Amino acid sequence: MSLLSVVFSGTMLAQTVRMAVPYAGAALGGVLSERSGVVNIALEGILLTSALSAVAVQHATGSAALGAIAGVGSGALVGLLHATLVVRGRVDAIVSGLAINLAAAGGTRFLLRALYGSSSNSPSVPGLEVFAGMTPVVRTLLDPFVLVTVLAVVAAATMLDRTAFGLRLRACGEDPSAAQAVGVHVARTRTVAVVLGGAAAGLGGTALAYDLHQFQAGMSGGRGFIALAAVIVSGWSPRGAAVACALFAALDALQIVLQNQTRAPSQLFAVLPFVATLVALALVARREASSRAPAGLGRHPD
Amino acid sequence: MSAVTSPRKPSLSRSAWLASPPPAVAGLAAGWLAFCLLVWAYGASPRAMAVLLFEGTWGTTYGAGQVLFKATPLLFTGIAVDLALRAGLFNIGAEGQLAVASLVAGVVGSLLPAGTPAVVAVPVVLLFAMAAGALWALVPAIMRSRFGAHEVISTIMMNRIADGVIGLGLGAGLALTGTVRTADVVGGARLPRLEVIHGGFRGSAASLALPIGVGTVLLVAASYRRGRFGRELGLLGKNARAMEAEGVPVGTRFTQALVASGALAGAASLGTVLGYKGYFEEGLGAGAGFTGLAVALLGRGSAVGIVLAALLFGTLQQGGLALNAHVPKELMDVLQGVVICAIALVDARLRAAVGGRA
Repeated sequence: MSLLSVVFSGTMLAQTVRMAVPYAGAALGGVLSERSGVVNIALEGILLTSALSAVAVQHATGSAALGAIAGVGSGALVGLLHATLVVRGRVDAIVSGLAINLAAAGGTRFLLRALYGSSSNSPSVPGLEVFAGMTPVVRTLLDPFVLVTVLAVVAAATMLDRTAFGLRLRACGEDPSAAQAVGVHVARTRTVAVVLGGAAAGLGGTALAYDLHQFQAGMSGGRGFIALAAVIVSGWSPRGAAVACALFAALDALQIVLQNQTRAPSQLFAVLPFVATLVALALVARREASSRAPAGLGRHPD
Repeated sequence: MSAVTSPRKPSLSRSAWLASPPPAVAGLAAGWLAFCLLVWAYGASPRAMAVLLFEGTWGTTYGAGQVLFKATPLLFTGIAVDLALRAGLFNIGAEGQLAVASLVAGVVGSLLPAGTPAVVAVPVVLLFAMAAGALWALVPAIMRSRFGAHEVISTIMMNRIADGVIGLGLGAGLALTGTVRTADVVGGARLPRLEVIHGGFRGSAASLALPIGVGTVLLVAASYRRGRFGRELGLLGKNARAMEAEGVPVGTRFTQALVASGALAGAASLGTVLGYKGYFEEGLGAGAGFTGLAVALLGRGSAVGIVLAALLFGTLQQGGLALNAHVPKELMDVLQGVVICAIALVDARLRAAVGGRA
């Protein structure tokens, strides 16, 4: 098969959509958190934590649904930890995120050895197999994780733009002092936003692990940070971030194809998503989209 | 507040001290608690593991030497991150900067003529390594000053790109055929081990890079107070806008800070390539950049603080190895996270207490 026919095949489309889910979940987490004014670089750690939780619970109970609940729930819990440290404890959000990422990277490896006696990966789990008899394209488009992620993006956009809570959330992100002055409970609103965001990222982590049918040490592979770049590139919009994530996922799928189909050294293509992220960030900053950042990002109410 | 303004040393009552202990004490206490809890949850005895931890690190001269060896790169990466942090920049890219610099150190060191004397070889290799680290930091620096892209994301991207580029370079002929390592650096470029100088270090991999690292930390920290550049960095970190109004070229200073930070991170290859292996191989020194972040956050711009923090995290790393047969060494990464959080929490409380309700 020629390279072009692979790139424009249905399998490639299906691959892209599936790979977009972890990015999009994490990016949604970033949008919710940052629109409320809390910088969130802990997304990477949330992806890892939720991926391991989902696999461990499915392995123990045999239930994909319980695994997914554990994945989403653990994502929300890490979000709560980040929110508590930053919003209540007033720890610098980057420091808190760094610490969480460090602890998550080490903690998941620690648990991997504690639970399965392996330092690299968990035993394999079935993941979530539905519509097994269908073609890859249909199976992917009807995949519960894809559907739920799309729903979550639409729901988050509606929530931010159309609901009273969304208005309060944005107020906390734009001007926390003013929001507090008009009676918004800034700390509570921000905590809810970061926890919801953690759950969304947890969904992404669960999808990531179920897709590979196991947990692998360090499997998030920088996706949380690329997702954060997607948030910035999109100007902090849920739909825009999801589209940007789909583009990054397409690139990711492409680099895997290129690695398999060409004789060029694999590392040449492996760095592609990261180079693209840098280029996208530079281009967007030039368009002044970064001026759409929430004005109160990282600020506390007086 | 009177305790703060009083010229005499503030004497706090015991309860006040417990309510807001010094950050370092809080960090150690939280780390210790987390250690006991995790070891216990794993099913091992915290007491036995603590004994093992002590014996594997400070309990024997060999262990102490290994701690010093592990702490050596952290001195460089710690002061590197600290320098950027002073300007308000998070250099999460020390990891990639060190990796690229180490590759360059290995390659340049092996290309020097065989008889090159140490006084020439070491500075030449160091210069190239620091230039490589600086170059790797230049990309996020330009991204920040020209495009306003946050350095946290771009430095992390550069870490990933470093991994790819190093693999690519090694595959393209920089490595010995069939391996992922460079040729040996020439004899003159190797830093002697401390055991050659003093018998007390026998068996330890600590090298002359250790005193060089301590000297670097002292020098850089002194420049914060003495040099104009260092002082401007500190003010920049506190209030960039005011500095801009004062006519300081803020963008240029950010670039310089990040590039200098990259060069310092690159100098850590003294401890890994020149002082230890004598060549570069894939993964050598991995983790030193990230732990450098922890060292800088703990050390907070003081030379003594950074040296002590490097020793603490060196102890944790070596201790992790000593325990690894009984408890996974990754335990120590979790402890690092806990220590950073605890220190940051207490720090934030102290700042709130001193600043009052602004």
